Amino acid sequence: MNALTGDRVFRVHWVLGTDRLRAVCHCSAEREFEDPVELWAWLLDHPNGHTS
Amino acid sequence: MTGFPRDQWYVAAYGSEIEHDLFTRTICGEPILFWRTRDGAVTAMPDRCVHRRFPLSQKPSRLVDDQVVCGYHGFTYDAGGRCVAVPGQTRIPRTARLLPYPVVEQDSFVWVFIGDPANADASRIPRAPWLVSPDYTTVAGMEPLNARYELLVDNLLDLSHETYLHGGYIGTPEVASTPVTTEVDEDAGIVYVSRHMDDAECPPFYAKSTGLEGRIARWQDIEYTPPCLYKLHSRIAPVGSVPNADGTDPDAFHVEVVYAITPETESSTHDFWCVARDFALEDEEVSAFLAENNRTVVMQDVVALNVLEQVIAKEPDGYQELSINIDTGGLAARRMLKRLCEKA
Repeated sequence: MNALTGDRVFRVHWVLGTDRLRAVCHCSAEREFEDPVELWAWLLDHPNGHTS
Repeated sequence: MTGFPRDQWYVAAYGSEIEHDLFTRTICGEPILFWRTRDGAVTAMPDRCVHRRFPLSQKPSRLVDDQVVCGYHGFTYDAGGRCVAVPGQTRIPRTARLLPYPVVEQDSFVWVFIGDPANADASRIPRAPWLVSPDYTTVAGMEPLNARYELLVDNLLDLSHETYLHGGYIGTPEVASTPVTTEVDEDAGIVYVSRHMDDAECPPFYAKSTGLEGRIARWQDIEYTPPCLYKLHSRIAPVGSVPNADGTDPDAFHVEVVYAITPETESSTHDFWCVARDFALEDEEVSAFLAENNRTVVMQDVVALNVLEQVIAKEPDGYQELSINIDTGGLAARRMLKRLCEKA
C-alpha cells in the first residue's frame, strides 16, 4: 500500500514472515537489508549503486 | 544532534490559552510574549523589554488596552511591538522596538515562526482539520516534558513501544509484532509509517470508547511533518471490514491523534496532544474517558523520556545505540530533522 504519491518517495517494506527490510528507491531500485541504518544510507545515497 | 531547525513553524499554544492577558512561553530557547488583542488577533513578540531585559510577562508588567507596560521602568509597547512611551522623556529611541514573530492561528493551535520573518510562508503550516471540524469531537492537553524533543519524535515514530510502556491502555501484543511500511517524501517533508493489524486484540482505550470488543482490525498510519506536527490516523473496525472504494468507511471508528512537538529548550519540550474522534460526538463520558486515558498514556511517555534524558545527559560522548527494524521510521525522521538543522 502506498500512502504518499510524490515523485521522490522512498519506501521501506518489512518483508512479511522475515526479519528483513526491502528498500525501494523512487528510481525503482530495490535492495534488501537487515540493518535499517545501512538501509537508509543506501537509499539516501541515490543514485549511487541504484541500478534497478 | 543539537540545536533546533530554524525557519520553521512551531505550535506555541492552543488558541484557547491566549486571552486578553499577558501569556509567555519559551519556544526553541526564545521567550515569547503573547496576548489576544481586543479585536481578537494573537500577538507574539520577544518577552524582554529592550531597555534592561525585564520580562514583559512578569508582574508588575501589565496590559493596558492593547499596550504592554514594562513593570520595571514603564517602557510601553503596542501590539505590533512598537515602543510608544519611555520614562521621563519624550524622544523614543529608534531601536526601542520589539520585533514581532509571524503568528498564525489555525486548527485550534497558535503557530509561531522561529527564524527570519522574511521566510515565513503560512502555506507551509501542516494542517490538522479534525481538531476544529464539526464532524469530530476533540479532547486535548499539553504536558511539559523534561527531555529533548528528539526523544519524543523517536517515541512517536515507533509505536511498538505501546505493547510494553502502555500495556493495559493502548498496547496489545500485535502492535509490536506487526510489520510496518515506511515511506519518506523528501520534497514534501513527510515521514509516513503504516501498521495495519487486520486481526488484533482491542485494547481498553478503544474497547471502552467504541464499544467494540474481542478481535478488531486496527490500522495505525503515522504522518509526521518535521519538525513539529505529528498525526496518527487510527482506524478501528470489525475484523474483515475495509474502507469502500469511494473512500467512505461506515463500519469503522476513526480517531485522529495529533501531537505538536515543540522544543522549549535543548532539554525540554512542550508535548501538545489531541484526540479527535468521529463517533459518540456528544457523549461526555467518552470524552472524559479518552481525555483521562490519553493523558495517562502521555504521562507514561513523559516519565520514561524524562529518565532517558537524564541517562543521555550523563553518558560519555560516542555511545553507540542499536537500531532494528522497528526504528526504520524513527531513523528517517532523525535524518530529516538533521537536514533541517543543517539548512538553518
